[in-house]
Amino acid sequence: MNTTIISLVSMGSLAALFALGLAVASKKFAVETDPRVEEIEGVLPGVNCGACGFAGCSAFAEGVATGKAPVNGCPVGGATVAKMVASIMGVESDGLKRRVAQVLCKGGHAEAKQRGDYDGPKDCRIAHATQGGDKACSYGCLGYGSCVAACQFDAMYMDENGLPVVIEDNCTACGKCVDACPRDIIMLVDEEQGVHIRCRSLLTGRFVRQVCSVGCIACQRCVKVCPTGAIYMEDNLARINYDKCTNCRECVAVCPMNTIEWQEGKALLEKVAVS
Amino acid sequence: MSLFTILLSALLVNNFVLVRFLGICPFMGVSKQVDSAIGMGLATTFVMVVAAAATWLIQWFILEPFGLPFLQNMSFILVIASMVQLVEMFLHKTSPGLYRAMGIFLPLITTNCAILGLAIMAVQNSYTFIETVIFALGGGLGFTLALILLAGIREELQLADIPKPLRGAGIAFILAGLLSLAFGGFAGLV
Repeated sequence: MNTTIISLVSMGSLAALFALGLAVASKKFAVETDPRVEEIEGVLPGVNCGACGFAGCSAFAEGVATGKAPVNGCPVGGATVAKMVASIMGVESDGLKRRVAQVLCKGGHAEAKQRGDYDGPKDCRIAHATQGGDKACSYGCLGYGSCVAACQFDAMYMDENGLPVVIEDNCTACGKCVDACPRDIIMLVDEEQGVHIRCRSLLTGRFVRQVCSVGCIACQRCVKVCPTGAIYMEDNLARINYDKCTNCRECVAVCPMNTIEWQEGKALLEKVAVS
Repeated sequence: MSLFTILLSALLVNNFVLVRFLGICPFMGVSKQVDSAIGMGLATTFVMVVAAAATWLIQWFILEPFGLPFLQNMSFILVIASMVQLVEMFLHKTSPGLYRAMGIFLPLITTNCAILGLAIMAVQNSYTFIETVIFALGGGLGFTLALILLAGIREELQLADIPKPLRGAGIAFILAGLLSLAFGGFAGLV
């Protein structure tokens, strides 16, 4: 009993002594932080997704205040947040083009062939690691929705055909789905772009035809018809240079496989020719 | 044992990191740059010296007279944690760059086993107050030395062509092992 009291009193007074010392020290060594850091952090989305390249929103706010990060560096907040951050920092925001995720595969259950049954966990990454999954096309969407599961903003869902669909209004271009996809099918593209080559297959035309009815067969018609030279051929796959594409839709009209797709509701773009 | 022997023993022969294998966590964590390694080493040295002095007082004026040796770990940790808090505040005020470079490893000095180990060893060896402080100083400087040695080599290694699987932590562990072997050469000096 006696020991208990002595222990309690001695340890208690020791702790009180140190607490007092620390209290005095915290007053003496109080650090004045940049008030803008807190303000910026206030207008940021606060999801700590890391898409800006900093370790969370507070680190990004500190980066902006110290000039290490651009005011429009938050892809999730987009132009609205960029404007607010710019006004806190007292600079003009040079406007950040909003980007959204695009799914570059059209081969759902109806279009793409299966090459077998897969009974494993319903996860694209696991399916991909299991002999490349059950789809005959080794480049196409596996359809188990890892991207949808990764999305923190309810901006994706799986349609009945087994393909992910992006709800562009909700998409924040955080890039989580891009990382989640084992096949590299998802890409972040400027929102204004409406023409997309929805295929990632590097197979030659003959083999593409064997496995999928909407894959790129590398016929080069789009390359020839493109007035701005935005489409080029690489490894049996037509690719688009979004810096040059003006949404003119010539390629959409000639694509025999309907691989190139036009998204309704997007406007023609005027672009300065890039040499 | 003379004071010099105690200092040399703690600094080289029984180096806390490379011979006793205490405090490995900051040793691997804050040894990427010599600058932050020096800062970390000095901060740890400061905490060691102050904590060792305070724990000596607590041990011989509170714990022993009142028969409370079982409270040793608790009270020592209390001292160390308070000292680390103090150092953290001080660094945040005086050197924000260093504060940021050390990051999470600064508050983690609290759980650096080298410091608690040092305090307990000083008690076990029944050192006098002066001996305890010298022992802590030697231990801290030895820790700093180990950190700087590893950081220096790792800085050079930035430019070296290291096999891919060994890059980063892998090669650092191998280096730490080699350094430890090298320090084995001091055995028998004291």
